[in-house]
Amino acid sequence: MSDTQIRRIPDRLDNPLRSAIFSWQSLLLLVATAIFVANSLATPYFLNPWSISDATFNFTEKALIALAMALVIISGEIDLSVAAIIAFCSTMMGFALQFGVGTFGLVVIGITTGLLCGAFNGALVSGLRLPSIVVTIGTMSFFRGLSFIVLGDQAFKGYPSSFAYFGQGYVWWVVSFEVVLFLIMAVIFYFVLHRTSFGRQIFVIGNNPVTAEFSGVRVRRIKFLLFCLTGVMSGLAAVLLTSRLGSTRPSIATGWELEVITMVVLGGVSILGGAGSIIGVVLAALIMGLVTFGLGLLNVPGIVMSIVIGTLLIAVIALPILAGRLRARMER
Amino acid sequence: MPWPKLTLTGISKSFPGVKALNEVGLELYAGEVTALIGENGAGKSTLVKSLTGIYQPESGEIRIDGNPVSMQTPYRAFELGIAAIHQETVLFDELSVAENIYLGHTPRTSFGLIDWRKLRSKARKVLDEMGAAHISEDTQLKELGIAKKHLVAVARAMSIDSHIVIMDEPTAALSHKEIEDLFTLIEHLKSEGKAILFISHKFDEIYRIADRYTVFRDGEMVGKGLIKDTDQKKIVQMMVGRSVDQIFPKNNIKIGAPILQVANLSHPTEFDDISFDLNQGEILGFYGLVGAGRSEIMQALFGITRASIGSVTLDGKQCQFRSPADAIKAGIVYVPEERGKQGIVADLPIYQNIGLPSLHKTSHNGVLQLAEEFALAREFTERLDLRASSLSQATGTLSGGNQQKVVVAKWLATQPRVIILDEPTKGIDIGSKAAVHAFMGDLVAQGLSVIMVSSEIPEVLGMSDRVVVMREGLIVDIKANDGTLTAEQLVMTAAGIFGAAA
Repeated sequence: MSDTQIRRIPDRLDNPLRSAIFSWQSLLLLVATAIFVANSLATPYFLNPWSISDATFNFTEKALIALAMALVIISGEIDLSVAAIIAFCSTMMGFALQFGVGTFGLVVIGITTGLLCGAFNGALVSGLRLPSIVVTIGTMSFFRGLSFIVLGDQAFKGYPSSFAYFGQGYVWWVVSFEVVLFLIMAVIFYFVLHRTSFGRQIFVIGNNPVTAEFSGVRVRRIKFLLFCLTGVMSGLAAVLLTSRLGSTRPSIATGWELEVITMVVLGGVSILGGAGSIIGVVLAALIMGLVTFGLGLLNVPGIVMSIVIGTLLIAVIALPILAGRLRARMER
Repeated sequence: MPWPKLTLTGISKSFPGVKALNEVGLELYAGEVTALIGENGAGKSTLVKSLTGIYQPESGEIRIDGNPVSMQTPYRAFELGIAAIHQETVLFDELSVAENIYLGHTPRTSFGLIDWRKLRSKARKVLDEMGAAHISEDTQLKELGIAKKHLVAVARAMSIDSHIVIMDEPTAALSHKEIEDLFTLIEHLKSEGKAILFISHKFDEIYRIADRYTVFRDGEMVGKGLIKDTDQKKIVQMMVGRSVDQIFPKNNIKIGAPILQVANLSHPTEFDDISFDLNQGEILGFYGLVGAGRSEIMQALFGITRASIGSVTLDGKQCQFRSPADAIKAGIVYVPEERGKQGIVADLPIYQNIGLPSLHKTSHNGVLQLAEEFALAREFTERLDLRASSLSQATGTLSGGNQQKVVVAKWLATQPRVIILDEPTKGIDIGSKAAVHAFMGDLVAQGLSVIMVSSEIPEVLGMSDRVVVMREGLIVDIKANDGTLTAEQLVMTAAGIFGAAA
């Protein structure tokens, strides 16, 4: 045996093109296309630029949060307080409105409130090392409760007309401000998660936090930043939603946390942490938006919609697992 | 001649890359204590697991009173009257003492519900009989200390009327007084005619309680006999006996000035008053029994646990590491003993594991540069002769030895000054062991300094320039490995035999 000859180890063996074709993202793309075709066959009103543009409003705000939530879940944590943060941010904006704060000030207040809420979550999780599921169930009630204390059964109204642009404006023809913002954010999040060392460390933490710590990754600092980021994105969503609705009620965005998490999981992010992709989350957001809008055009009631979404989630998650098991059995 | 209570013959068991047991035999006699002696990795635990139905040996025969039996499941072992008391008791903290004793064979009422009154009175009776009257059957287990938990485990063994009791290092976590109590109990079990297998590293205990001994080394049975006929030195020799085919590539490196100085490092519970120097180009061995506090000291040096007092000086500069990131930046790295949990990220590819602590070097302004990551990973895996199909292979699919090479490569890529190896060859095959040893020689040749925590005596003697011997959180002695140091001296110092502690 000669050990003088150095053994060459190849970088990779699999064909990147081949693995892209058989990936989760392609499955989602297939599902999205199928739903698009089904929608256009089911109703004549769907294939119309304005209809499709309207369809996007169903998911852009939630999808913005889903981008950040994906990072949190990949790192092995979860944030259930995002909808409550929206309510609190919206309430703070409405509160500031009473003192004559202008459009720019409202946006700053909305996003800053989100940041502070996220930092609060992050401090409890990273600083006190509490489990995030418990912390954010707590802050979910806490932030929502604060909104109810401020507002009672009242509503804040009378936002300035320039404020309406964020949730109702169009950048060009049928292309809304919300869609443009979401696409820009999706590109940024894609870059951060898949192309930076920060993103790499998120995957490492989600896979094995102990090894991460032992390898010099500042685990708690990164987790704190991710909760702050989720807070900021929730604040941003609050600005868009408040602008679109033109009013603030304490019950605003109720139940959104589960829809956001559904998007993330449907997008192929492992709920156990350590795996996932931004492209998957974007496609999952698209699918959920198309399904709800299509069903809406068919006058299907909301409760049935949630049944359809739930079934879709289980089906899309279960199919590849079942297929994998079947393949394993055939090979044996 | 009557059959012993339990007879094992020709038991073999292998794991990927390792032959854990090779045709070993063992006999246990009723009313006698047999000590099973061997270094870490000699195959003692594998034997216990084969005896209790957790592992299935590939070959060999188990006989009870001369009748061949098969042991497919732990429940079968239980039915055959074999009870094991493990190092870390496997009991249920949230249940009461009585429930723990009768778990799996709880008395039931005619409706099939738990008969609480009977359960408690039976548990009481068992505890009283074995002289554990001070333990209440209603206490929740988590309120008991480790010694009392052991007593509950013994009570459980008594309750199933087992004839064979296995004790796997039962004294490891006990105080002196508690050990005395345990020995009284063992005497009681002996008088009841139980056959007892007693596993321990501590020779004073073995000579105190055992009637017979069996010695294992590297998965083979190397000797057995009666304790009263055998000299302690002879057993130590059997236990460590160096095999001739192991060659250690220790180069002659010129040892330089001290690079790392540790003074009076203390921790409230794990270690106390630790002082030593590490010189440039030196391999400093840390030898001691499991639980002597060696890993804890290393983790304090690496910024994972915080020492309460004491100082660490690197290159003449006082250091205070608040996290591993600080230690890595200063040039101290740590290859942990728990490779799977602390060393690798199993699902991520090799190149990402290796590049992890060097990300700030390979990335530009935080943006990943895959080409540079691959180049770095290739450089260090080829130096270590890693066997992998590609650098994108998930690290967890490699063999133990190759996983260890990934961890070592990861740290070398950071260009450290001091590398701490904690049981660097534990659980890896012979070939990879040799590669790791060869590499340690190369490291010091390049001017690095190495701290090697090891429980394997041949490795300690073969690689170290000096050996720090530890016992129960204290440094007992620092010995120069000048060729006169013997395995026997190390074992005796670490175990505190012959007053060597002084």
